Order: sequence, then C-alpha cells, then structure tokens
Amino acid sequence: MKKILSVILVLVMALSMLALVACEKKPAETDAPEVETPDVKSEGVMTYAEYAAAELDTAVVVETYVQATQSWWDNQIVAYTQDKDGAYFAYNMACSEEDAAKLVPGTKIKITGYKGEYNGEVEILDATFEFVNDGKTYIAEPVDATAWLGTDELIKHQNELAIFKGMTVKAIEFKNGEPGDDIYVTLSKDGADYSFCVERYLTGPETEVYAAVSALQAGDVVDVTGFIYWYIDVNTHITAVTAAK
Amino acid sequence: MKKILSLLLVLLTLMLPLVSCHGSAGMQQFTVPEEFDTSRTYEITFWAKNDTNLRQVEVYKKAIADFEALYPNIKVNMRLYTDYGRIYNDVITNIATNTTPNVCITYPDHIATYMSGTNTVVQLDELMTDEKYGLGGSEVRFDGPTMDEIVPKFLEECIIDSSYYALPYMRSTEACYINKTYVERLGYTLPEVLTWDFVWEVSEAALEKGEDGKYKVNGQEIMIPFIYKSTDNMMISMLRQLDAGYSTDEGDILIFNDTTKDLLFEISTHAGTRAFSTFKISSYPGNFLNAGQCIFAIDSTAGATWMGSDAPNNDIHETSIVEFETEVMMIPQFDTENPKMISQGPSICIFNKDDPQEVLASWLFTQFMLTNDVQLGYSDTEGYLPVTTKVLDSEEFTEYMSLIGTDDEEHYAVKLEAKQILIDNLENTFVTPVFNGSASLRDAAGQLIENVTKSMRRKETVDEGYMEDLFHDINALHRLDQLGASTVGQKAELGKMPTASVVLLSAIGGAWVIIVIYVAVNLLKKRKK
Repeated sequence: MKKILSVILVLVMALSMLALVACEKKPAETDAPEVETPDVKSEGVMTYAEYAAAELDTAVVVETYVQATQSWWDNQIVAYTQDKDGAYFAYNMACSEEDAAKLVPGTKIKITGYKGEYNGEVEILDATFEFVNDGKTYIAEPVDATAWLGTDELIKHQNELAIFKGMTVKAIEFKNGEPGDDIYVTLSKDGADYSFCVERYLTGPETEVYAAVSALQAGDVVDVTGFIYWYIDVNTHITAVTAAK
Repeated sequence: MKKILSLLLVLLTLMLPLVSCHGSAGMQQFTVPEEFDTSRTYEITFWAKNDTNLRQVEVYKKAIADFEALYPNIKVNMRLYTDYGRIYNDVITNIATNTTPNVCITYPDHIATYMSGTNTVVQLDELMTDEKYGLGGSEVRFDGPTMDEIVPKFLEECIIDSSYYALPYMRSTEACYINKTYVERLGYTLPEVLTWDFVWEVSEAALEKGEDGKYKVNGQEIMIPFIYKSTDNMMISMLRQLDAGYSTDEGDILIFNDTTKDLLFEISTHAGTRAFSTFKISSYPGNFLNAGQCIFAIDSTAGATWMGSDAPNNDIHETSIVEFETEVMMIPQFDTENPKMISQGPSICIFNKDDPQEVLASWLFTQFMLTNDVQLGYSDTEGYLPVTTKVLDSEEFTEYMSLIGTDDEEHYAVKLEAKQILIDNLENTFVTPVFNGSASLRDAAGQLIENVTKSMRRKETVDEGYMEDLFHDINALHRLDQLGASTVGQKAELGKMPTASVVLLSAIGGAWVIIVIYVAVNLLKKRKK
C-alpha cells in the first residue's frame, strides 16, 4: 500500500510539474530561410509606390517586414517596418503581448490600416496585422543618407533604416535632464544642425546605444544609424552609433 | 503511515503559496503610529509627472533636497514620467506584485482603480487630522498648510467613497488660446464669453481659400481653425454645460444619450470640413497656433507657456512662428450666464506598506509638497494654480500676479492670464464622479469624438446607424456595461483562473482524496482485525 501511495504521489507531482512547464512554454522560434525569390505582393496588397501615392486618411494594406518595434504597451505596438522598396511606420498597431514577442526583425506581416500624418511623420494608423507565413524574411541594410541631409530627397526615404556618416556632435540633452528617458541629440554636418533622438521605447536605458549616446561629447565625430523618423522636421531615431571611420 | 501523511502535508504546504499568487492578498489597514521613529532610516520612492518641462524637474529635486535636509533619515528616490497614462499602467502592474511606489502623482480617477486592491491606497483622514503629524501638526518639521488652508474645492476633489485618498498638488482648468489677429481679420469681434456657435462659425469662415489654393486668412497651405487637445474633456465639458447625462456618482453610465449624439453630429460636421481636429489626429494645438495655422487652440492652463508668438517654450522651428495677438479665454460655453469648466491637475496619493513608519515617512513628504516654496516654485513653471490659500493669499503670490506681462518668462502674460481664469472661476469648475471604472468612461468620452472625427476625414457615412454602432462599440471596448456593480473598494473580477492554478488545485484536491481513502481503508482493516 505504501508503495502504491508513493507512486501515486510521485505521479501527481510529476503531472503538475509537466502542466506547469507546458503553461510557460514559449512559442517555438522559427528558423526562417533567407529571401531568395522575388517579393511578390498578395492580392489586394499595395506596392510601396501605391502606398506612397495613396492620399492621407485612406485605407491601406501592405505586406512588409518588421525591422524593430517599440515596447509593447496597452495591447498596442509601434513597428518600424520596411520592404525592399520603402518603409512603413505602424503607429500603435493592435497587438497582443503574445504576438508582440513574435515581431522580431525580419518577420513578414500584412498590415491593414489608414494612412495618416502626424507632425510630418507619415504612418499607418488604427492598424491591425497578421503574420505572413510564406517563409520569407527581410532585414534592411542601412542606406547611406548623409548626402540627402538638407535636401528634398531625405523625406522620400522616410522611416527607412539609414546611416549618416561623419556627423559632429553638437549637443546631447536628456529629456528629463538626466538619463532614463529620451535623449535629444543635435548633430551637425557641413555647418547645418540636424535633430536625432534616442527613443526610450525603442532603445531604452538598458541598451548599448543608449549608453553610447549618453557618453558622447560635443565635438565627437560619429557615424549614426537609425530610422528616418519625422517630428516636424527630420528626427532620426538612433539605433547605433560608432566613432566615424 | 505517519511519514506518508507528513510528506503529504509538507507537499500541500509547499503548493499552497503557488496557488495563492493569483491576485493580491491585500494589506492591513494603515494606522498612524504614536511616534515617528527617527532612529531608523527610510527609503521611499516618489513617482512624479512633469510636462516635459525641465523646470518642473528642478522643483521636484529641490523639494526632495529640502525635505531630506529636514529629515536626514528619509531618502526620497524619484522616478519621472511625462505621461499620466504610463504612471497609471505601471502602478496597476506593481500593485499585483506589491511593488507600488510610496508616493505617487496621479488623478483621482486612477486612484479609484488602484483602490480595487484591499488597503492598497492609504486613507488619509486620520493622517490629515493627526495632532502630531497631521496637516500643521505639532511634530512636523516644516511650515505646511493646515487642513483649512487647502482650497476646500480642491480638497473635496480628493474624496473617494466618503474619505480622503489624496491631497491636491496643483490645479488647472482648460483655456481657449485664440489668435485674435485672425479672428478680427475674418471680420469678427471676440465676445465677452466665448460660445460654441461663435467658435464653429469663425472656424468655418477661416477655411476660405484664395485662387492660389492657400487659405486667405493666413496665406498658408495649412489651416486647422479649431483644435482641442483633450477630447475627453471636450465631451465631458459640453455634456456638463448642457446638464446632460455622463454618469451617476455611483458609477451608472449615462453618456450614451441623445444629447451626446447631437453633439457628435455637430462636431462631425466641422470635422468633415476640416474646421475641427484633435491633438490625437493632428498634434499639439500650440504648434499650429504659433505657426499661424490654428485660431482656437484649447489646451490646459498648465500648457500656457507653449502658447503664443512669444511663448517661452516652443516645439516648432523659430522660422515657423508667426506674430499675432494672443487672447486667453475660458472654454466655449452654451450658457454664457452659467459657465462651466473642468477642474483638473495632479493630486498625490500614498501607497500602503507593511511598515507603518514607512507610510508615515511618505505622508510627511507628501505634506511637504504643499509647502509654500514647493507650491510657488511648481506653479510658476506653468499656468498651474497652487492649491493652498496659504500661498494664494500670500503677498508673494499677489505681487507675482501683479507683474503680469512684464517679461516673457516668469511673468509671461498668457501664463498668468490662464491662471487668472481659474482664480476667477473657482466656483464654476466641476469634476466628474470618481469610481472604479471612471477612468475608462473618461477615455470613452474622448474616443467618441476621436472616432467621429476620423470617420469624417475618411469620408465614412456618419448617420443614426453609425451612432448606434459607435455607442455599442465604445461601450464594449471600454467594458462600460460591466461597471455598474463594481464600486470602489470592491475586488475587481480577476478573470479566468490560470491553467497552472487549476492544475495545482486539482492536484491538492486529488491528494486529499487519496489521504481520505487511505485513512478509511486503514480504519476498515483495524475493525476487521
């Protein structure tokens, strides 16, 4: 009898632990293959050219690849996305916390929403999305946008991942006067100043780039990578910074 | 046999805490200690909110330094936020893990939700009147206000469920910041009291374009004549001005009524012509106002330093700023003889802790935030009004207000005019009922306007059917139909129990069944023997 009881108890405990493990099991990571075939859009999905030409406040549907996300909050997420033709910024897209964890760089998604503009930033609003499981992924290489600074060309590449080379640090300002929140960065090139930002919800104080930017001094010359965001004027969200080569 | 039973009991004991993690267990009610134990040291956290205004941060830092000098055994760690919503969300998250801050800047609507945890928020009635450590108490080491020296109307706003759960910190209302130059250019004269009809009429008139496709009034390609920052407040104020339903004090939802619908139809008309827009859709009213692209910008009086051609704070490029005369008026009214405007602004609440001495330390710091230096310092950063008569009646404040317009910083005219609106209308201000869910209702009120405005911009049809769907959707989205039975202090519905808890409870139940069977079998065996 004692043996039977012991066996039963062990079984109960084992089953409990198994159930617990099952509850906490994370979704399996996919080993997505490299993009090899042409990126053909599904039916009803806009090309980037069609999206760019669409009027504000009209419905848009795009297929695109996640490049980065801001921290998930309140069942919403902000996503920086891009395909080989252009970039799409999805603002406060409806998203469960579970799905947010799957929006890793390279993931292909289909976004449905409305094209809008806020302080010059063109974005997809009131958006929903679904994963496109066709095995394709895409991670954009930063485009060299240095020569576009101060020209009309820059805004044509809004939201794309870009690199600005040989920028001189003019000022570093913490939003609240101390580290923890956004960092406002003023960089100059050829005598003109440009605003950049370390967006706390994209690259927070725990990230390498936050620490690297915090340590910059006026006069440092750097190469800066980031998404060409707009706030009234160009206000690139920095994702990496290195000493200029 | 005994060994097995012991083992089972040990297992059960180990498993119980795992199950009980679902939901906060609640805390003991705080009682004021007889004495503040100064032989010990305390470290308290203060979650503060600033309006992206570094001067406010400096005031907080100075307040903390001054307080720590008076109480060397209390260390205050500050965490800054620029968004009330984020504070609310973080507090909710931290209630579940008993890691709330000690002191927190917040809104009464939010406190009502925090209070769904048992004794999570400290009831202040006893603390406020405590002879030694209460407001103006004998053992308090600074010259703080007595209870009678807090503006009664502001203090009343901190009553939830018949008790005080916060102290007011700053108060503001909304104001309409007007490009008077453009109003007159359009052939209108500002009335003594602004009306909704006037604002709509002028806004529509401002949309006239010239042959060059630019707006005649400003010669630019952009003109959004009327922008409202907080659409929550817009709907709430309009309903209150019309004495229409919003909610009862008990939390019954009344907002989905015919008056609301009529207001939305009116707003949709002007959203459709693009005479009206909102902060969420178009951005800060002040940015457009200062660029000469907006005529009526409604925002908090706490945002006054961002308004006008000479505003000390600015978010747009200097070359975009247009010169114009700024008029600051109370928000538009339906009944000019009986104006009504919202009272808003940060309050301070204290979160309960196991150690009453730590709570007392938090209370002393909270009280310190109402001292004259802190109140004057913080209110000076924006169009906020101090909350104590100790400040409002002081010579210092009177002199400060008398220097209106003498400079564009400390005495910036728009800022002081905005303060004056609240001073002149203390009796015309109102607050909405506070209950568990009132924050959701507030969100819903604003979203009605946001949705209608977006729909018109997207050329959707806004008719009776649309309104019916809108009311239904907003009601469901914010779960307003589930609020009726829920009042402050009651436990909120925790939802479906997690699978882990179900499994563990089942295991415990199973173990007990086995124990009972085993004992019964043994008893039967003994009887047979």
